[in-house]
Amino acid sequence: MQHAQDPALFRSQLRQWLLDNCPEQMRDGQNTEDTICWGGAGWVFSSPAQQQWLERAAAVGLTVPTWPVEYGGAGLDRAREKIFYEEMARINARLPLQSFGIWMLGPALLHFGSHAQKLHYLPPIARGDIRWCQGYSEPGAGSDLANVQTHAEDCGDHWQVTGQKIWTSYADKADWIFALVRTDRAAPKHRGISFVLIDMNQPGVTTRPIKLISGASPFCETFFDGAKVPKAQIVGEENRGWDVAKYLLTHERQMISGGGQGLQGGRALGAILADTAGPEGRIDPMLRADALRLEVDTLATGMTLERYKDISESGAEVGDASAMLKYMGTELNKRRHELLMTAGGLDALDWDGAMGSAPADWLRTKANSIEGGTSEIMLGIISRRVLGLGGQS
Amino acid sequence: MTQPMIKLVHSEDETMLADAARGFLDGAAPVSHLRGLRDAGRSHDPDLWGEMARMGWAGVLVPETHGGADMGHAAAGILAAQMGQTLAVSPFLSTAVMAATALRQVADGRTDQALRQIAAGQRTYALAIDEGRKFDPGRCDLHAVREGNGYRLSGRKGFVVDGALADRVLVQARTDDGLVVFDLPAGAEGIERRARAAIDSRDSADITFDGVVATGDDLLGRADQVLRPAILAGQAALAAEMTGLVAGAFGMTVGYLNERKQFGVTIGQFQALQHRAAHLWCEQEVTAAAVLNAGRQMDAAPQDAALAVSIAKARATATAILAVSEGVQMHGGIGMTDAFDMGLFMKRARVCAEWLGDYSYHAEIIGNIRGI
Repeated sequence: MQHAQDPALFRSQLRQWLLDNCPEQMRDGQNTEDTICWGGAGWVFSSPAQQQWLERAAAVGLTVPTWPVEYGGAGLDRAREKIFYEEMARINARLPLQSFGIWMLGPALLHFGSHAQKLHYLPPIARGDIRWCQGYSEPGAGSDLANVQTHAEDCGDHWQVTGQKIWTSYADKADWIFALVRTDRAAPKHRGISFVLIDMNQPGVTTRPIKLISGASPFCETFFDGAKVPKAQIVGEENRGWDVAKYLLTHERQMISGGGQGLQGGRALGAILADTAGPEGRIDPMLRADALRLEVDTLATGMTLERYKDISESGAEVGDASAMLKYMGTELNKRRHELLMTAGGLDALDWDGAMGSAPADWLRTKANSIEGGTSEIMLGIISRRVLGLGGQS
Repeated sequence: MTQPMIKLVHSEDETMLADAARGFLDGAAPVSHLRGLRDAGRSHDPDLWGEMARMGWAGVLVPETHGGADMGHAAAGILAAQMGQTLAVSPFLSTAVMAATALRQVADGRTDQALRQIAAGQRTYALAIDEGRKFDPGRCDLHAVREGNGYRLSGRKGFVVDGALADRVLVQARTDDGLVVFDLPAGAEGIERRARAAIDSRDSADITFDGVVATGDDLLGRADQVLRPAILAGQAALAAEMTGLVAGAFGMTVGYLNERKQFGVTIGQFQALQHRAAHLWCEQEVTAAAVLNAGRQMDAAPQDAALAVSIAKARATATAILAVSEGVQMHGGIGMTDAFDMGLFMKRARVCAEWLGDYSYHAEIIGNIRGI
């Protein structure tokens, strides 16, 4: 399918294409960890419809609508990207594919990768063939990320990587990992890091899930014991991986700020409050006040995300402002889930009880303001780099 | 329903407008100008308004056929924000934004002359809406009784912004047929104006209408057709003014953090203050997006802009109160002194917070639209 350039024409074509191609079962707006299609070599589709939807969308580049066509995308500009999401929302369509490859590695490769790397790595991400995970944090490198110690030893045409990563989301389900490794131990800490791509299907890589307070284990420990990494698998220059890492982080932060799915995902607050009404239809005034404040801030934060997309489309660097989007978006998401738990009351106190996954979802949100840089790190970035406040932090 | 794509960035023209406004206001209306007026017991500077009119600001929403610049609501917001940044005193909101919007709704030519005079800076307006402690345009005891071919108005209005000095008053009144708006000369027989000593040193008045005679021509139209669009326009522009106010207060605060030394270092090096300042900046950014969105919605489809406008005014209210509270706190003792400007920002923020609806008023509108 050739996507029309003209926005109005594109909209009508897309609308028809969605009606023809988005399976009925994929029009329920579901976007939970269980219903998302993550893809990957070992992916087991939850239904034939899920597989069909992925394959049809990938065939026309709509798993990654803004990526160039030659790398598996649809080459949409911002106006048509907006239309795409509007039309998807109109029929309540699930996203055909979500992944760290799409959100994080893809943008970094598009910016720093060679043409050969883009051709090699991006289409399998767009098709959902390869699932990626992120090897950033280490036991001794959390907020101080540049302190990574995982070491890459130079063996001529390849490196041997040894060390430990932690909080690697879905590492146990991933095929490849993009990782920060130390290629120069003598250099200042920011200047001895390289950004490399590692095939996890080799003896030198093992993973171990970590059980979290939510009961789930989305995060893992990942161990490297002499894992082999051909030198062609470096993104950007050797010892300049910190630049790639930071660039990728701005995308990760934007992704986390919107909860990956836009801030208004899930049930409307009005419907949730209505369920709490007492016999006379009375809704707790404190709860309603909290809900109204949350709605105001959610709608305004959504506009802020749109504004920053418009800014970056106009060619300006969003850069450090992504710290603001991440901070505001995640604190908002935590508020939303606190409110949902209060609205759920006694019904929300059981695992898979009347409120379903509400307790696990609520607990999961507590990581939002930690992962991808804590709220405090975000505020530090803003005060130092946006406001120019001197000294420590 | 295909909506025009709304872009939440300023165009080149808009950036130039903002820069030009900033340049003019830094020279003609820095904060010290407000302070000077206040100390002289004045609440209006006709010369300043005349200059603004010459630059097209008074006619920002007046059609070009009537001598206006017709730049739209987003542009009006840009001007309001620049004025807010240095607390510039002018009848911009009541005359150029609200009255012009109200008068534009009247299609039969009766208001052509009034619009021309607004654009030329020769006529100022005040809107007489409030009667109680809180903004509530649905509450109106001031009544207009039919008498011959005209009406007789009786009642009181409070907190009429620019009401003591405006040339004319747009007053909401209750009739047997519902709420309407009259356009009256402020000096009409039976109108008594009492200037209030407002904390922000601006013109606001309580006005009594004691059997004021109005003709059928003085009746502009129904409140929902004339006043409602004017209020929306005013709320959007006021929210924009408040983002300017926030930027002004925040700029002073960050400057002070980088300059004031305690314990041998600038206080901006203390993480406790850094994080508070950074949080405030984040709130400011979110509010700025909501305000720009409101201006764009007003220009694209004003009849559908209520949600956007209320989000903007609610956010602006909360952010302004935070910015001036943090501003005083982070300045410490000096922030409490009259000689320092932060207090002027705080007092203006309080007035803006109430004018045309406080946080709760707008949250209620948002809740109704969003089913909460």
